[in-house]
Amino acid sequence: MRAIQRLTVAAALGLSAVLAAGLQASAQIKIGAVLSVTGPASFLGDPEKKTLEIYVDEINAKGGVNGQKLQLIVYDDAANANSARTFATRLIEEDKVDAIVGGSTTGSTLAMMPVFEDAQVPFISLAGAVQIIEPVRKWTFKTPHTDRMACEKIFADLKSRNLTTIALISGTDAFGKSMRDQCVAVAPKAGIKIAHEESYGPRDSDMTPQLTNIKNAAGVQAVVNPGFGQGPAIVTRNYHQLGITLPFYQSHGVCSKEFIKLAGAAAEGVRLPCAALLIADKLPASDPQKPVVVNYAKTYQDKTKQAVSTFGGHAYDGLMILTAAMQRAKSADKAKVRDEIEKTKGYVGTGGIVNMSPTDHLGLNEAAFHMLEIRGGDWTLVPGT
Amino acid sequence: MAELLQFVFSGLTVGAIYALVALGFTLIYNASDIINFAQGEFVMLGGMTTVFAAAAGVPLPLAALIAVIVTTAIGLALHRFAIEPARGASPVVLIMITIGASVFLRGVAQIVFDKRFHSLPPLIGADPIRLGGATILPQSLVVLAGATVIVVLLWLFIERTLLGKAVIATAANRLAARLIGVNTRRIVDFSFAVSAAIGAVAGILVTPIALTSYDVGTLLALKGFAAAMLGGIGSPLGAVVGGLAIGMIEALCAGFISSSYKDAAAFLIILIVLVAMPQGLFGRAKVERV
Amino acid sequence: MSLRALLHMRLLPVIAVAALVLVLPLFFPSAYYFRIGALVFIFALAVVGLNLLMGFAGQVSLGHAGFVGIGAYAVAIGPVHLGVPPWLCLFLGAVVSGALAFAVGRPILKLKGHYLAVATLGFGLLVAIVLTNEAGWTGGPDGMNVPALTLFGWRVRGSDVWYWIAGATFVGGFLFALNLMDSPTGRALQAIHDSEIAARVLGIDVARKKLTVFIVSAVYASLAGSYLALFNGLVTPDLAGFLGSIELVAMVVLGGMGSIFGSLVGATVLVVLPQVLTVFHDYEQALLGLIVMVFMIFLRRGIVPSLAAMIAGRRT
Repeated sequence: MRAIQRLTVAAALGLSAVLAAGLQASAQIKIGAVLSVTGPASFLGDPEKKTLEIYVDEINAKGGVNGQKLQLIVYDDAANANSARTFATRLIEEDKVDAIVGGSTTGSTLAMMPVFEDAQVPFISLAGAVQIIEPVRKWTFKTPHTDRMACEKIFADLKSRNLTTIALISGTDAFGKSMRDQCVAVAPKAGIKIAHEESYGPRDSDMTPQLTNIKNAAGVQAVVNPGFGQGPAIVTRNYHQLGITLPFYQSHGVCSKEFIKLAGAAAEGVRLPCAALLIADKLPASDPQKPVVVNYAKTYQDKTKQAVSTFGGHAYDGLMILTAAMQRAKSADKAKVRDEIEKTKGYVGTGGIVNMSPTDHLGLNEAAFHMLEIRGGDWTLVPGT
Repeated sequence: MAELLQFVFSGLTVGAIYALVALGFTLIYNASDIINFAQGEFVMLGGMTTVFAAAAGVPLPLAALIAVIVTTAIGLALHRFAIEPARGASPVVLIMITIGASVFLRGVAQIVFDKRFHSLPPLIGADPIRLGGATILPQSLVVLAGATVIVVLLWLFIERTLLGKAVIATAANRLAARLIGVNTRRIVDFSFAVSAAIGAVAGILVTPIALTSYDVGTLLALKGFAAAMLGGIGSPLGAVVGGLAIGMIEALCAGFISSSYKDAAAFLIILIVLVAMPQGLFGRAKVERV
Repeated sequence: MSLRALLHMRLLPVIAVAALVLVLPLFFPSAYYFRIGALVFIFALAVVGLNLLMGFAGQVSLGHAGFVGIGAYAVAIGPVHLGVPPWLCLFLGAVVSGALAFAVGRPILKLKGHYLAVATLGFGLLVAIVLTNEAGWTGGPDGMNVPALTLFGWRVRGSDVWYWIAGATFVGGFLFALNLMDSPTGRALQAIHDSEIAARVLGIDVARKKLTVFIVSAVYASLAGSYLALFNGLVTPDLAGFLGSIELVAMVVLGGMGSIFGSLVGATVLVVLPQVLTVFHDYEQALLGLIVMVFMIFLRRGIVPSLAAMIAGRRT
């Protein structure tokens, strides 16, 4: 009797061990995302959410990562730093995620970073400011180009056209302000003088007073507009309305077909630094990014019936870098995945070709930006950029 | 000189937008003492519905008409289902209901429409008009004209028609109005419907200049409310003057002083004016019965 | 009624809340719940102050988040730019808020009803604009980091620690508010709420009493803002914005104007509800608006007074 009892217990233990191992193997990898899906930054968060959802489904349809399915947990912080931090805590404590791809705005990212660093969970941010990766923090990475890169690209183009004195008109939102600060910081080194500055609220409907002041400022040879959302479209229209003929540069915040549509005829001749994603079909066949961006643009447009957005592209890159790292690490172990993310080399994404290192948690340089010019209602590549 | 003129034109453009929104607050307040914070959402619905109807293939004038009708129906529904059941509650509670309604309408709009920015073609042409070295968009004149027409119509309505008098009576003393045979419920229904229509028209006229998206309502309601109070709540002329004043202050501050503080300048001036004239510029003094 | 019975009755709500603060953590499975609890008590603190102003004195303020912002930035700017230790900045922030309330309140409290609302709205917006623009001091729209609070050499951080601090402060604020309402000042405020002219006829210095409660509510808000900043380690200007002010008013009205306990209920609802509604994703906003509307229509005096009335009604 006792022998049978012992055997039964042993069998039960053995079976449960096998079951547990089996369950472990089919347990899902949890990826958390705190995005600004509603609110003033929904222009960023909405395409990011849609992209993550589309591609998590695609990856799962192909069998998942390391044989495990991905589970995406998305929270909406509405660009509120307090909410972002609460959701970050929730992702770590309650949902127990393995990694996070998120933080649409710099404010949200900075609010969440300490939580993820303390919890030692890999975090790929989707926000633009250079402070996110400078100084480098162990667990935080990012995919979008920094606003400093955009400034450097614009200034390089200005220099090549012998334009050295400019005026800035920037949005007072976080994106505009951050880029404006970076432009002011790198201008001396780039040989550019900022002669005049104006600003506008992100929701303003008329910027002609500011542009009039710029028009009358002495010595201004070109105008740069750091900002995103509807503001730049209105600034561009007003620019045209006032008949200002100076070269006009937009920021990487308006890299979307929508901007051309909203600005209308006024957008003709405007230059801006954008990722290859925008000119997917115009890239030469030899460009390594072409297959990736064409594929992403087509998938996004087919599934959402909306024009492709660079912000969605950043989310795509973040997810792909993460899952590739997980595959190389052959597990979802946070420390191993973090190490593998840091070792990302030659990843061809929508934003550029990513080469990370322990001192570079972004992995892009200016070559990732192309200088585009709007002609005839469409993007054209400025040669040699 | 040309700059000053340009600043003035800018101030008129933006001010006309605020004026149109402020007018929407006036009628509902006149009928029921309620400040309807969902007024901004009426403006949004006017613009967005027109955009989406037009995108679906409906000819633009018809799309605009549909937008006005839909928004009016929503205004009516707001009164019937949200305000009317809470009749008798304190003013703060009623304001809270309208705020809840505005959050609700915004939430629905982002599902039904989308979260992107949209524009509409201008009514009489896109080429700027040059005057004295400055330029103004023809659509700005359309918005100004629209505001003027609505003010005149509202004034005529309140002062010269029996229905208008019934509206004033309802606001003055609801019970007394009912005693003399006024159907107060219909009057307030009517005021909500017309305010919604005014909001929708405002949205359609303003979108070619200021663009539209599912959340334009919040800031517009804020500025419109401030404009209505500055001019003296309850006075249509006050609403327009208030709106134009705020627009002008913003433009002049942006042009001459500092563009980042233009909103602050406007609100500072509102504070100063209200402290000096507690009823606003054209407001009627409220008599407190002891 | 004997003195002891009277005392017992008055302190009952405070004891109940203190018991709640002590008992709740037993049900908290993780630090996330401590964070929610801490946030509830921090917001409830600001709401108590606003309730004194709106519920008892009957003055509408649509700009109270401005004081929250001042308190929050005081504990950021003080240590970072001026070298003042955070605990001192807590008090200094409250002093600055009180002083600003005094300066601004004297002229604008003469306004009535919607005019006062728009004046306070303007004040709140002015604070938010200054905080956004003066990037040299405030870090601009992205905000600035807040150094952690150190008390006697021990670094105050962690959701559980802040839960206790916020809970204890809320109980203290609750007690103070109850005391205020039962004092001659409190009764004077209720008289002013009912009829300003009658109160004046009775010899109450209306302007002074209104100013007093305005200052008290500003200090409550400032303290709450400081706590929030220290807890999060980060401040952003949208703390002081219009939406923040509306959220505070909503908490007051939902919980019940004139009910101090209602402040806690209102804060709980509006902090917890967005967390609960996340499952609805795209429908979250619409549902939130709908719930607020429904609450206001059917429980129009606020949750606590309506429930109290229902219970009292059932007894008779």
